Amino acid sequence: MIRFANVFKEYPRTGLALNDVSFAVGKGEFIFLTGPSGAGKSSILKLIYMEELPTRGDVWVSGTRARGIKHRDVALLRRKLGVVFQDFRLLEDRTIEQNVAFALDVIGTPKEKIHPKVSRLLTQVGLASKSTNYPRELSGGEQQRVAIARALANDPFVLVADEPTGNLDDRATRGVFQLLRDINASGTAVVMATHNLDVVKRSDFRVLEINRGQLVFDSADEKRRTPDLTP
Amino acid sequence: MSLALREAMLGFKRAPVLSALSVTTIAFSLFAFGLFSLVALNIRNTLRNVESRVEIRAFLVDSTPPESIAAAMGDIGVYTEVARVEYVTPEQALERARKELGEFNDVFEAGVLPGSIDVRLRDGFRDPNTVKQIADRIKVYTFIDDVRFGEEWVKKLYSIRNVATAAGIILGLAFAAVAIIVIGATIRMAVMARSREISIMRLVGATDGFIRRPFLIEGFVKGVLGGAMALALTYVASSLISRYFIQTEFFGVRLALLGLLGGAIIGVVGSAVSVGRQIRRVQ
Repeated sequence: MIRFANVFKEYPRTGLALNDVSFAVGKGEFIFLTGPSGAGKSSILKLIYMEELPTRGDVWVSGTRARGIKHRDVALLRRKLGVVFQDFRLLEDRTIEQNVAFALDVIGTPKEKIHPKVSRLLTQVGLASKSTNYPRELSGGEQQRVAIARALANDPFVLVADEPTGNLDDRATRGVFQLLRDINASGTAVVMATHNLDVVKRSDFRVLEINRGQLVFDSADEKRRTPDLTP
Repeated sequence: MSLALREAMLGFKRAPVLSALSVTTIAFSLFAFGLFSLVALNIRNTLRNVESRVEIRAFLVDSTPPESIAAAMGDIGVYTEVARVEYVTPEQALERARKELGEFNDVFEAGVLPGSIDVRLRDGFRDPNTVKQIADRIKVYTFIDDVRFGEEWVKKLYSIRNVATAAGIILGLAFAAVAIIVIGATIRMAVMARSREISIMRLVGATDGFIRRPFLIEGFVKGVLGGAMALALTYVASSLISRYFIQTEFFGVRLALLGLLGGAIIGVVGSAVSVGRQIRRVQ
């Protein structure tokens, strides 16, 4: 589904962000990406949804290859993924219903199909009753759920989450994480970058630890050294 | 498609002052173009009227026998370039002179002005070279004393017309370029204002074409509105000139529609030129 093969990523101003990273993500897996700030977690995620391309090495996502990819193909790939951010990235001047509908509009979903699908998605994340509210009227946890609903609009095969609980309190964090687990349980792969080691410790999902641009631990790979999960 | 249209209309609502500014700038650019076209159009009409009076006057030697005159007229009359041949007797010449130049009334006695064969040329054969050629052919007759065809004046006519047309085109293009630059600037501002939305559009998989569309439609609408406004301004200008200076002709329906189409093209081209680049800047 997702494969990184000897990926190096260098940014013009900040230098080498990823140093020979290789791993593969299978269908329906749940992966944690851990590591200190600046370790390269966001870079890995950006390479997955191809906001960035590898300087050296190659990335495959659902059969689409990063090397030589055309601008238009990036857009088409993104329709198979869902991306969620720490800062939610909702449109403030639209209701949450319109926010989710937006994703369907953009890919040309016929009008009649949009409304029922939006209802289903909002129900799935537990916000059907607030469909006509604006983002600012919701709590952080609720806004993130809207973002997740939007990310699910295209029935993605993988949900990419960049510190999704970073701005949330403990309760909201638990709620959002549970939602992600449920989504994963129904077959969607999840790749989640997080600082929150509590959440990581409490589950037995696969862990990829990044430090200074290198993949220092992969729980699926027993040959590597044991992870540093001490707080 | 309807989403794009809605987005374009929203664009006007969200930045009414900016939109009004773009439309007005396009309008003034096209207005300048329109004024010049109006001038060129009216000059051309005047020239055409004057042109149709281009004639060659072949003055006859005194006491040329009527048969010679008739024969010459017969010959000249069948030239392909000739529309009409007329014989003006000395008396008729005097009458004409008295009418056109009032002060000659008491000066003239009969026989002062010679008779002439007046030749009117057909449409399409009135350019300086053709006129000279015909004049030279007519000069051949021995009883033809002098041939006048206002050589200088015919040449001047043509050069005025050419200059007017060239100036109109050059200025028109220059103003169109200005309008395109202005639209480019407003597009840049519009894209920046909507960069958050565009970012999210990209995230959920919108293609460049999808993102571009509302801006192009907005450019089209602004162009048409600008064109309509310019047409109205030109109409007012033309009416004012007609009222206070000289009768001017306004554009026909076809030219007016062409003007609106021109506005639309400027609007779309102006948008297209900068929108692609601006959108690529937004990740």
